[in-house]
Amino acid sequence: MDISIIIFLLGGLFLGWSLGANDAANVFGTAVGTRMVRFKTAAIVCSIFIILGAIISGAGTTETLGKLGSINALPGAFAACVAAGISVYLMTKAGLPVSTTQAIVGAIVGWNLYTGSATNIKVLITILGTWVLCPVISGLIAMGFFTLTKNFILKRKLHILRLDAYTRTALLLAGAFGAYSLGANNIANVMGVFVPISPFTDISISSFFVFSSKEQLFLLGGLAIAVGVFTYSKKVMFTVGNDLLKMSPVAAFIVVISHSIVLFLFASQGISNFLQSINLPSIPLVPVSSSQAVVGAVIGIGLLKGGKEVQWSVAGRITIGWFTLPIIAALISMILLFILSNIFNLTVSF
Amino acid sequence: MFGLKSSSLFSDTKKLEREIDGFVDILSEVGLVFKSIVPTYLNHSANGKFDEMVEKVKEMESKADKITKEVEHTLYEETLIPDARSDVLRLLEHMDELIGMYQGNCYHFSIQKPHFPKEFHEDLIELTETVVNCVEALCLTVRSFFRDIKSVRDNGHKVTFYEKESDIKFSSLARRIFDSELPLDQKMHLRYFVEKIDRICDQAEDIADEVQIYAIKRSV
Repeated sequence: MDISIIIFLLGGLFLGWSLGANDAANVFGTAVGTRMVRFKTAAIVCSIFIILGAIISGAGTTETLGKLGSINALPGAFAACVAAGISVYLMTKAGLPVSTTQAIVGAIVGWNLYTGSATNIKVLITILGTWVLCPVISGLIAMGFFTLTKNFILKRKLHILRLDAYTRTALLLAGAFGAYSLGANNIANVMGVFVPISPFTDISISSFFVFSSKEQLFLLGGLAIAVGVFTYSKKVMFTVGNDLLKMSPVAAFIVVISHSIVLFLFASQGISNFLQSINLPSIPLVPVSSSQAVVGAVIGIGLLKGGKEVQWSVAGRITIGWFTLPIIAALISMILLFILSNIFNLTVSF
Repeated sequence: MFGLKSSSLFSDTKKLEREIDGFVDILSEVGLVFKSIVPTYLNHSANGKFDEMVEKVKEMESKADKITKEVEHTLYEETLIPDARSDVLRLLEHMDELIGMYQGNCYHFSIQKPHFPKEFHEDLIELTETVVNCVEALCLTVRSFFRDIKSVRDNGHKVTFYEKESDIKFSSLARRIFDSELPLDQKMHLRYFVEKIDRICDQAEDIADEVQIYAIKRSV
C-alpha cells in the first residue's frame, strides 16, 4: 500500500481517536462518573462493542453521509477528517461534550464549499432535523423509562444493596448496547468519507466469509475509537457523569439506555424497513450526536424532577457548542484543503 | 468485573444484606433485653439474673461492633453503593453508639447500684419501655431506609412521637424525685440514671432525622 494512503488514513484514525475520547464517554460517562462501573471495565466493554457495532451495522449511516457530499479524493477525505478531529478536540478541551457527527458534517460541507461541489440540501436538512429530534426523543424516552423504573423500584421494595447490584449489571449491559449503537451509528463519521476511495481489497477467508474492504475500514476505525477510549475518555466521562446534573446510579442507567436506544433507532436498517413495511414514516439512517442524546436524556430526567437541579448554564454552553462546532469544522476543513491543494499541490477533488 | 475480587457481586450483596439486617436485629434485641433488665434490677437488686443479662448485652455489643467493621470493610473494598456508602456507614456507627448507650446504662446500674424507692419503680419501667419503643421505631425506620424508602417518613414520625413521650415521662419522674424527701445526693444520683435512659431516645431521634435526609438523597 502506498505510504501516502496510510498518511491520509491517519486523518480518519485521528477522528476515530477523537470519537473514542469524546463520544464514547457519553456511553459510560454516567456509569463511571457515579463510580458504579470502573473505568477499565467500561473501556474494555466499550471498545469491544463499538468495533462490533461498526463492523456489523455501520453501513446504513455511511450511505447517508455519502449522499451529503461524496469526497472523491483521499487528500480531501484526509482534510475533512482532520478538520473534524481538530474541532472536536478543541471543544473537548473547552469541556463541552460535542460529537464527531456535527464535526464531520461541518467538514464535509466545508469540502463541498471549497471544491464547488453541490451540497445535497435535502440530506443536510434531514441530518439537521435529526439533531433537533435526537435530544427531544432521547429526553422523552428517558422520562418514560425514569417513571417506569422509579415505580418498579418503589413497588418491589428492593434492598439498597440489591438495587445497587442490579443497577451495576444494567449499566454494563446498557453500556454495551450503547457502545454497539455508537459504533453502528457513528463509524460513518470516522470512515464514511474513505468508503468510496477505500485502499483495501476484499479478503475471502473461506467460501462463506468475505471480509469486505468496507468492513476492514470499519475495523480500523473501530480500533482507533478504542484507542481514544483508553487514552483520553476518562476525564470526559467524569464531566458527563457529574457536571450537568447530579445523578443517582439508577438515573445514570436511564441516561445510558435512552441514549443507546436513540442511536440504535437512527442506525437500524431493520427498524427502518419494518416501519416502512407497515406504512409508517421510516426513520432516516443518520449519524446522530451521542452527546445530544445524552444531554437530552439528562435534561429529560431533570425536568421530571422539577427542573431545579439542571445546571441550565452548563446546558446553554453545551447547546452553543453544538451550533459552533459544525461551523468551526467547516472553516478548518476549508483552510486545510487550501493548504493541501496550494502548498502541497495535492488533488483534493476530482 | 465491577471491582469485586473473588466472589460474585450478587452473593456478596446477599451476605451484606444479611449482615446489615442482623445488625438492626441486634439493636432491637438489646432494647428488648434492656426492657427486662430494669425491672429485674429493681425487683431483685443485682442478683445473678441481672448480671447474666448485662453479660448478654455485652456480647451483643461486641457482635454489633464486628458487623460494623465487616460491613465497612466490604463496602469500601468492593466499592458498593458509592452514592450512599458514607451515609450507610455513618448510620451504622450511630446505631452502634445507641447499643453502646444501652450497654453503658447496664454497666452503670451494675457498678453504681442506684437505690430507687418503690414509689418510682413504675415510672422508671414506663420510661424504659417508651425508650425501647422509640428505638424499635428507629429500627423500623432504618429497615425502611434499606428496603422501602416510602415508609421512612412514617416510621421516623413514630420515633419523634416516642421521643416526646419519653421527655414527658423523664420530666415527670425527675420532678417526683426532686419533690420527694430523699437526700439530695440520692436525688442527684437517681436523676443521673433517669437522664441517661432518656438520652437514648434523643440519640434515636437524631438518627431518625439523619435517616430521613439520607432517604431524600437516596430517592431515584
